[in-house]
Amino acid sequence: MNGYLLLSALLFSIGLAGALTRRNAILVLIGIELMLNAANLNLIAFWRYGPNPAALTGIMFTIFSISVAAAEAAVGLGIILAVHRHTRTTDLDQMNSMKG
Amino acid sequence: MTVIFLILAAITIAGTAAAMSLRSAIHCILALTIGLVGLAALYLLLGAQFVGFTQILVYVGAVAILAVFAIMMTQGPGKTIQPILSTNWPAGVLVATAVFAILAWAIHSTPAHSTPTQPDVSVNQIGAALMHHYVLPLEIMGLLLTAALIGAVILAMPEKKEPQ
Amino acid sequence: MTPDTIDQIFVITKHWLLGYVPSALQPIVSAILSVVPILVVFPLLFAITTVLERKGLGRIQNRYGPNRVGPYGFSQPIADGIKSLTKEDVIPRSADQVVHFLAPLLLVLAAFLGYAILPIGRNMVIVNLNAGLLYFFAIGSMVELAVFMAGWSSRSKYSLLGAMRAVAQMISYEIPLVLASVVIIMATGSLSTVAIVEQQAHYTYSLPHWFVFTPWGFAGFLLFMVAATAESNRSPFDLPEGESEIIAGYYIEYSGFKFALFFLGEYLGMFATSGLAITLFLGGWSAPFSFLTWVPSYLWFFLKLLVLICVFIWIRGTLPRLRQDQLMNLAWKFMLPMTLINIFTAALWHFMPAGILRWIACTALLVIPCIALSRGLKQGKKLQVRTYRFAE
Repeated sequence: MNGYLLLSALLFSIGLAGALTRRNAILVLIGIELMLNAANLNLIAFWRYGPNPAALTGIMFTIFSISVAAAEAAVGLGIILAVHRHTRTTDLDQMNSMKG
Repeated sequence: MTVIFLILAAITIAGTAAAMSLRSAIHCILALTIGLVGLAALYLLLGAQFVGFTQILVYVGAVAILAVFAIMMTQGPGKTIQPILSTNWPAGVLVATAVFAILAWAIHSTPAHSTPTQPDVSVNQIGAALMHHYVLPLEIMGLLLTAALIGAVILAMPEKKEPQ
Repeated sequence: MTPDTIDQIFVITKHWLLGYVPSALQPIVSAILSVVPILVVFPLLFAITTVLERKGLGRIQNRYGPNRVGPYGFSQPIADGIKSLTKEDVIPRSADQVVHFLAPLLLVLAAFLGYAILPIGRNMVIVNLNAGLLYFFAIGSMVELAVFMAGWSSRSKYSLLGAMRAVAQMISYEIPLVLASVVIIMATGSLSTVAIVEQQAHYTYSLPHWFVFTPWGFAGFLLFMVAATAESNRSPFDLPEGESEIIAGYYIEYSGFKFALFFLGEYLGMFATSGLAITLFLGGWSAPFSFLTWVPSYLWFFLKLLVLICVFIWIRGTLPRLRQDQLMNLAWKFMLPMTLINIFTAALWHFMPAGILRWIACTALLVIPCIALSRGLKQGKKLQVRTYRFAE
C-alpha cells in the first residue's frame, strides 16, 4: 500500500507545482484537478487495504469527489472565459489590477 | 510492488509531469488525459471497477474536452503565451518539493499494513449504499450539480449589450 | 451434431485449443483466442457494409451503385483497400505531427475496445464485466477526444470548425444515449450485458420477452437509435462530415491509410452501438420465437446486426441533413425530456399490476408528451406543404 500512497503524494506535489508555477489560468485549474485526482487515489488505496472494505466508504467518497471536481472545473472554466472576455488574456501575471 | 503497478505508475507520472511542463496548452491537456487513464487503470487494479470507469467517463470524456474547448476559445490554434512559467516560479517548485518531502516522510514512518484479500464489490452494493446510507449526500450532489450547471451557463454567456 | 453443439462450436473449439497450451500461458492464449475473431470478423463486416451501403444508396437514389469490380460490384472493398493503402500520405507542414498521427489510432482503439462486452452468442462474450454498460459508455466518450485531436492538429479552419461541431454534437447526444439505456438498467437491475440478455431470453406462448415489445422499451429503442446515429456522425446528423457543406470536416487533411482508419473507426463505432442496441432492446442472441431456438445464437446476433445496418443505410438515403441548430434543439429540447419521461414510465410499469391498464397508461404517458413537445417546438415556424417535381 505504501507504493500507492507514495504515488498519490507524488501526483499531488506535481499538481501543486503546476498550479503554482504556470501562467495560463486554465493550466492552473488543471493542476488543481490533478491534486483532486491524487486525493482520490489515496482514498481508494485506503479503502482497499484498510480494515473495513465492505463499508464502501472509500468508493462513496471518491464518487462524490469526482462529481464535485467536475462541477468545479465547469464553473472555474466559466470564470476564466468571462475574465478573458474582459481582459483578452488568460495570463495570470497580468491580472494584478487589485494589487497594492 | 508488482510489475503492473510499476508500469502504470510510470505511465501516470510521465503523463502528469508532461501535463505540467509542456509549452503548448493543448499538448498539456492531452498528456493529462494519458495520466488520468493511467489513474483509472490503477483504480481497476485496486478492484474499484465502478470508480475506474466513472473516472474515464467524467474526466476524459467531459473535463478534458471542456478544458480543450476553453483553451480553443481563449487562445485559438497555434498561439501560445510566450513565457510559460510565472514570475516567481522557484518559490512554487520549492513549496511543492517541501510538501512532497513531508508527505513521503509521513508515509515512510507508518507501519506496513497487512493486505487483506481483494474485496469483491458489485455495482448493486454501490447502488444500495447510495440509496440507503448515502442518500442525503446524493441529493445534495444533485443540487450542487444543478447549481454548477446554471452558474457555468450564466458565467459563460455573452453579456447583453445595453441599448444606448 | 446437435443444435447445442453447433451453437457452442466456437466455445468448444477454444477450449480444445487451450488444452494444447501449457497452463502457465493459458490466460494469455485464452485472451488472444477470444479477441482475434473480433479483430477478423468486424473489419470484414465493415468491408461488406461499405459496398452494401454504396449499392443501397445508389438504388435508393435511382442509380446503380458500383458494379464494375466483381460480380455485381461486390469486390469493391478490395479495390478500395488497395487504393487507400497505396495513396500518398500527405501531411500539412504546419500540422502538429504527433497529435496528427495519434488521432486516428485513438479512434480505432476506442472503437475496437467497445466490443469487449458484447455477447455475440450464448457464453460468447470476451469479458463479463460487472459494470459492462458503464465501460461501454466510458470508451465511447474517448471517441470525442480523438475527433477533437484530429480536427485541431490539422491547423486548418475547415477541420477545426468541423471538429468543434462534431464534438458539440457528440456530447449533446451522449446524454440521451445513456439515459435511454438507464431504463434497461432499471428493468434488469444489473449493468452486466450478459445478465441483460439472459433476462430477455425467455418466452411466453412462443413470444419473446425482449424489452422492445414494451412501451418504454420501444420508446427507449427509438431514442437510442436516434442518439446512436448522431453519435456515429451518420446522416441525417452528418453535418461535421457533410461533403457538400464543409468538404470533409475534421478529416480533411488526412489521406491514404489514415483516412481509411477514420472510416473504419466510424463504422466500427456504428456496429458497436448497434450491437449494444441489440443487446439492450432486441434480446441479444435470443431467437424471436421459441420454436426457432435451434438456429445458433451467433447467427441471430449477426442477422439482427445486418437488419440494423440496413436501417441505417435506408435512413441515410432518405432523410435530408439536419442543420447544427436543429440538431442541438433536437437533442436538448426534445430527446432529453423524452428520455426522462421514459424513465418515469418504466418505473410506473414496474409498480403497476400486469394487465391491459398498464399498457394503456404507459403508452399514453409516452405518446402525449411526444406530440406535445413536437407541436410546442414547432411553434412560430411556418411550414408549407412540400411540392415535388420529378424528372421526366
